[in-house]
Amino acid sequence: MERQSPVFTAFIYVCAILLAAIILAPLAWLFVMSISPAADLAAKPLRWWPQAADFSRYAQLLSTAENSAGAAFTASLRNSLEVAGMATLAAILLAVPAGWAVSRTPSVGWSLSMVIATYMLPPVALSVPLYMGLSHLGLLNNVFGLAMIYLTILAPFTTWLMKSGFDSIPREIEAAAMIDGAGLLQTWRIITLPLAAPVVATSALFAVLLAWDEFFYALLFTSDQRAKTLTVAIADLAGGRVSDYGLIATAGVLAALPPVLIGLVMQRALISGLTSGGVKG
Amino acid sequence: MSGTWMTTRAWLLMLPLLVIMVAVIGWPLVDTVMLSFTDAQLVGTAGSYVGFDNYTNMLTSSNFSRTLVTTTWFAVVSVAAEMVLGVLAALLLNQQFRGRAVLRGLMILPWALPTVVNATLWRLIYNPEYGALNAALTQLHIIGDYRSWLGEPGTALAALIVADCWKNFPLVALIALAALQAVPRDITAAALVDGAGPFNRFRFVILPYLAGPLMVALVLRTIEAFKVFDIIWVMTRGGPANSTRSLSILVYQEAFSFQRAGSGASLALIVTLLVTVLAVAYAALVRKTAGSAA
Repeated sequence: MERQSPVFTAFIYVCAILLAAIILAPLAWLFVMSISPAADLAAKPLRWWPQAADFSRYAQLLSTAENSAGAAFTASLRNSLEVAGMATLAAILLAVPAGWAVSRTPSVGWSLSMVIATYMLPPVALSVPLYMGLSHLGLLNNVFGLAMIYLTILAPFTTWLMKSGFDSIPREIEAAAMIDGAGLLQTWRIITLPLAAPVVATSALFAVLLAWDEFFYALLFTSDQRAKTLTVAIADLAGGRVSDYGLIATAGVLAALPPVLIGLVMQRALISGLTSGGVKG
Repeated sequence: MSGTWMTTRAWLLMLPLLVIMVAVIGWPLVDTVMLSFTDAQLVGTAGSYVGFDNYTNMLTSSNFSRTLVTTTWFAVVSVAAEMVLGVLAALLLNQQFRGRAVLRGLMILPWALPTVVNATLWRLIYNPEYGALNAALTQLHIIGDYRSWLGEPGTALAALIVADCWKNFPLVALIALAALQAVPRDITAAALVDGAGPFNRFRFVILPYLAGPLMVALVLRTIEAFKVFDIIWVMTRGGPANSTRSLSILVYQEAFSFQRAGSGASLALIVTLLVTVLAVAYAALVRKTAGSAA
């Protein structure tokens, strides 16, 4: 064990506090803006802490009164939930059998490599035909259409995660069940899927995060409250003529809450999922 | 069980995924290639064959070369800064101190924050009239007057890079930290006994363990930075005076704002080709690094 001089220890603590400040300051400011009265935010010199915390914007955005700022926000919240939910469900349904197949039969692995290589494609390379295709099918400005497009991002990623998950389940366990006379579906139901449940959950959460974060396709393929997602609604607010910056901040806090909570709760699983590719090289 | 049946079964299990991938990626990509040789509009006319006109027009336009420089600059500076900050943060988090677990937990926050929320947050911070950055810098007497950080070509790109780094360096830190924790303690201890200073210990003992994972992070981050759209769209829309316009923004403008689908498609494919070349070059580098580190 390395002996640490007091100077070195002090240096470590100073750096740690600095790092914590760098991470927390912008986030804290987002929250403070959301609860500061508009006058405080426009004050010069700027008031860094509100005289009286004002949570009314949260109520305003979550209200569903017609034609209010809240109606547009809650509609986009619902659209984001629907799109993320549908796309995640579909991605997992595709990823589980495909991931298992590649894990157990490496000779078909090249097809998964090709699917994963599509990660390099910039979305702009697909956007024009996708736009024309959705328009042809009448699925522009439609949550179902958008969820289908999100599979371009979600499905390769979840399949790759499921494949590494199945890799860590010994095939001997499955073989034993099959020798005892279980068919493939039965083996999956009794042995494989229960063992893979944590990986399925992690993959699903990753998929939800990716869908929740998506902006480019949502910007292109949605145009009003019927399908606009949260990210587009927030970009509209940020780029629009909203004079109350606190309201924009409040929308940001609300949109950030679900993924941040998922991130904090799932920390360990997310980090191992994120780094597994990195560490294995 | 016979190998042929195993392979057939594997293909059957992959079929749903492959069918969907062909529908939403394969076919659109082929269609983009075909569009790129026409003068098709986004809505209405299917367009007629124009050969390589779109490509030559695009490659010789000053818009393209300027945007390519901007994108490269954005990618190189932000990824380099993310790597350096990430490794420094990981080295710190690998030390013993109180509150280390909490600090490590905080690192997940910027990563989890949606990109659009991050962009909006920084847009508010940089606001020329009411922004926190102007307020802090004037109250500390570092600048005299409020500035329009995103409104001036001289500072807009740098301001974007800071916002991008803040969101992405924690991920690099977490990847580097995982690699650092795989360095056996007795090896660093042995190097210490042998009298290696902090720099030499980092360079010769720790860095070989970091190289592989960091290369992967570098590849993924560079590809993403080259494709950048969201953060720029929300913060500046490519302005002022196109000083922050990335290649993806240029494609968007060409194909969707000006509705020139054919010309936009050709530009999108040029970008795709650039990213592919980058990725292949990197993959070779990763294999080399992984080989030398092992």
